[in-house]
Amino acid sequence: MSLTVVLAEDSPLMRDGLVGVLTRFGHRLVAEVGDAESLITAVRARRPDIVVTDIRMPPDHSDDGLRAAVALRREHPALPVLVLSQYVEQSYAARLLDLGSDGGVGYLLKDRVSAVTEFVDAVARVAAGETVVDPEVVRQLLHRQQDPLQRLTPREREVLSLMAEGRANAAIARQLYVTEAAVNKHVSAILQKLDLRVDGEGHRRVLAVLAYLRA
Amino acid sequence: MHHSTAWRAVGQSPWKFLTSSWPWRSFLYLLTGGLFGALVLTVLAALTLAGVVSLVVGVGAVLLLGVSLSGIVVSRVERRRLLLMDPDPLPDPHRPPDGPGARGWLATRLREPATWRELGFTAASLAAMWWMDVLVLGVSLGVPVLLATSPVDDPGAWPLAVLAVCLVPVAPYTITVWAGARAAMTRAILAPRDGELGRRLTEVRASRARLVGSFDAERRRIERDLHDGAQQRLVSLNVLLGMARLDAEPGSSVARQLDSAQEQVGLAVDELRELSRGVHPKALTDHGLPEAVGNLTARSVLPVTVDIRLPHRPPAAVETAAYFVVAESLANATKHSAATRAEVHARLHADVLTLSISDNGVGGADPAAGTGLVGLADRVAAADGRLRISSPAGGPTLLHAEIPCR
Repeated sequence: MSLTVVLAEDSPLMRDGLVGVLTRFGHRLVAEVGDAESLITAVRARRPDIVVTDIRMPPDHSDDGLRAAVALRREHPALPVLVLSQYVEQSYAARLLDLGSDGGVGYLLKDRVSAVTEFVDAVARVAAGETVVDPEVVRQLLHRQQDPLQRLTPREREVLSLMAEGRANAAIARQLYVTEAAVNKHVSAILQKLDLRVDGEGHRRVLAVLAYLRA
Repeated sequence: MHHSTAWRAVGQSPWKFLTSSWPWRSFLYLLTGGLFGALVLTVLAALTLAGVVSLVVGVGAVLLLGVSLSGIVVSRVERRRLLLMDPDPLPDPHRPPDGPGARGWLATRLREPATWRELGFTAASLAAMWWMDVLVLGVSLGVPVLLATSPVDDPGAWPLAVLAVCLVPVAPYTITVWAGARAAMTRAILAPRDGELGRRLTEVRASRARLVGSFDAERRRIERDLHDGAQQRLVSLNVLLGMARLDAEPGSSVARQLDSAQEQVGLAVDELRELSRGVHPKALTDHGLPEAVGNLTARSVLPVTVDIRLPHRPPAAVETAAYFVVAESLANATKHSAATRAEVHARLHADVLTLSISDNGVGGADPAAGTGLVGLADRVAAADGRLRISSPAGGPTLLHAEIPCR
């Protein structure tokens, strides 16, 4: 399905690459901008299906893109936002995931765009309201030595990290070459070990897991 | 280990030394020392005599008080004179007066140990050093003159005139060596003690803040350049490769090659990310100063002789400071000095890393002019060390750093 996209990226090279990838998969760019203010203006004017934005861009070259994303989400709580970054920072991921669960949210390393099909898949999932978190964020989180996590088996950790990336059970099953029933069992074991209530929606589950890991 | 730069100068090739400013500066130092000493001796002798005589009247007490405080004035002049020999100014050890007016000043000065140390220095200076100044000047300049003029009375004594000519180049050496020693003694006695360093310690703290600040600014700049330049370029290249990969026949050799190309670019992106996270020579962390400096000089346009012998690795902060002193002074030498050779020399003596970097360039490096030297001094100060530079116009330039390894 074709999505309308507003793209914010200050590097011309990177912008061309992103436009190339998105148009190739049939999405329509309704605006391409290079700074945070234009991003907000463009979204107000165009109301796209999804916003894809870089974090570091003019005017301040700090986290302008992220701040714009947060502001946009306050205005339009259901607006899907996918944020790209050269580095993954826990605090950025946390701020994004705290945006609430009305619309899709994504936080990916810029490098992931080069895995074209996976990137486009992530765009579609965020537009569909899911939460997508970069595996690197998850890896960093899981690297922190925390007691409850020590209680998980290696297989359960694998499942947890896929969960934290926002994948549904069916996708996890495909990824690990096991049955969906097995994944279900792992998930309930994990949630039990981490004292988390079982929750129907995929991204709620992610938020819960991440919130727990951040603590 | 306190090397006076004057003594280092003596160790150069004779031609270089004799054409440098050192002999003249040393001569001036001793000459002003002799004249000033004579003046002080006369004034103090007169004051003391007058004071003792008029002690009955009461005025004598004031005069004698003046004598006991004379060290303050003498030392102030001595600190100024020391700049002839040592570019690193001696800070004033005295506190600002506690109270207002002459009374407050007097009360503060009389209670300060620095005042009495300076009086002691004045006494030692008049009793010994001043005589030596006069003697060294007299012998090194007077003897050749006497010998040279002896054939005037006795034509048969012409060999003495030849000897005099031979003795002329020796004089600058004698003068410079004594002047160097005299300057070192002056510095040792008149340098503020730690207790008097309240003000200087804040200075070090300030420079530390400046150092860290400038370092961070530099790091940020590099990181941003990498981020906006090479990293974006590589990531977009990888996107292009990813697009090409879609067009390639699955399983074909082109697809495989594109896969490995993507993997390589991905690794490069990862490495760049690591690099921009901390710009620091890896060799320094892994292997220490000799290796890191070796890598540095291997890349240098300027031929550099490295002689670094350390029995064990100094602390990381010391290593880093030393590395940057070497890196920046070699960069300066390459950029500004037109040098054709440079030397890096480092030893560990009694827990002090002594480091010297010299080049045979045109000299004239002025700490007041550029921020580079100040930045280096900041780096060294942050490690509680000391940096001195001798860079007379015409060269050579010598940077000497002493960093304690505590």
